[in-house]
Amino acid sequence: MAMLHLVNKSPYDACNLDSASSMMKGDDALLLIEDAVYAAVKNGKAAAGLAGLKVTVLGPDLAARGIGEDKLIDGVTVVDYAGFVDMVEANDKVQSWL
Amino acid sequence: MSDTKKFMYVNRKAPYGTIYAWEALEVVLIGAAFEQDVSLAFMDDGVYQLMKGQDTAGIGMKNFSPTYSALGDYEITKIYVEKESLEERGLTLDDLQHLVWEDEDEDWAEKDSIRLVSRAELADVFADQDVMFNF
Amino acid sequence: MKLTIQVNEGPYQHQSSDSAYFFTKAALEKGHEIFRVFFYHDGVNNGTRLTTPPQDDRNIVNRWSELAKAHDLDLVVCVAAAQRRGIVDEGEAERNGKDATNIADGFRISGLGQLVEGAIQSDRLVVFGD
Repeated sequence: MAMLHLVNKSPYDACNLDSASSMMKGDDALLLIEDAVYAAVKNGKAAAGLAGLKVTVLGPDLAARGIGEDKLIDGVTVVDYAGFVDMVEANDKVQSWL
Repeated sequence: MSDTKKFMYVNRKAPYGTIYAWEALEVVLIGAAFEQDVSLAFMDDGVYQLMKGQDTAGIGMKNFSPTYSALGDYEITKIYVEKESLEERGLTLDDLQHLVWEDEDEDWAEKDSIRLVSRAELADVFADQDVMFNF
Repeated sequence: MKLTIQVNEGPYQHQSSDSAYFFTKAALEKGHEIFRVFFYHDGVNNGTRLTTPPQDDRNIVNRWSELAKAHDLDLVVCVAAAQRRGIVDEGEAERNGKDATNIADGFRISGLGQLVEGAIQSDRLVVFGD
């Protein structure tokens, strides 16, 4: 069973992303929303923690924060809210790392 | 029985600084009546919720920590505490309440409810659940 | 897919209610069923009809009320959390001796069992919070 890990806090503010990434296994997916999208900015310290993980970010939250997709680490997928819904459907359950 | 889901209540926040710990427990207590396959997990700052000797008189809040010892009576017998979270915080199992449940199939023998697990083991437990509750 | 959404934070203070709203709206647009939206912790504050946000900003409470009306959604505010934070309907006002009500259109106050029921009956529970 695959889990969708949802993280919404900046990695520079809280350790939620660390907790999430350390608990991911197998086919689990990671979706960064709200302030967590900052984690996917390349050359940031948090980006290293995402290596090897299947990372998706919510596009509207990137745009709101002035982060162009060209500023993201390689291999990150960007989705909109419809894509967010698809991810919830594609995984068996959701773990919100609040 | 096929309708029973595996519920995991995830507790990651310390008590008293915010209300999440207490209001999460309220869900667990109400939820017990729905006879699902319930587990609780305490990790990150959630491990602080189970500390012994809480005395809230000076901060004027209700000390709700005795409620954890009643969980056994609600047939909640699977309480996972994550080892790394304890160690990072300089705590051991000894700092936590001793939570038990009574097994009616074994003449009401008292058994430990707390299962000390590593992060990796807890990830395996999570993988087996149907619904994750977070607060 | 049948979904239960949980909203743990109040309007404006956190993005949670906004994120939950857009997620819920997208799910409806894709033809999924929203079994229930359950407001817990400070999330109950999404259910007051007394907010007056600035004209040039979104009206979070009305937005939920309108979505609920358009799609016959079940927006439930947890009674215990509501009592603590002062979200009151007619029944609660009478029961607790309050001289006013403030519940917004489309919201109803009910017990935590509604969240648990939602988790049992739905295919997915999605929690938005801090």
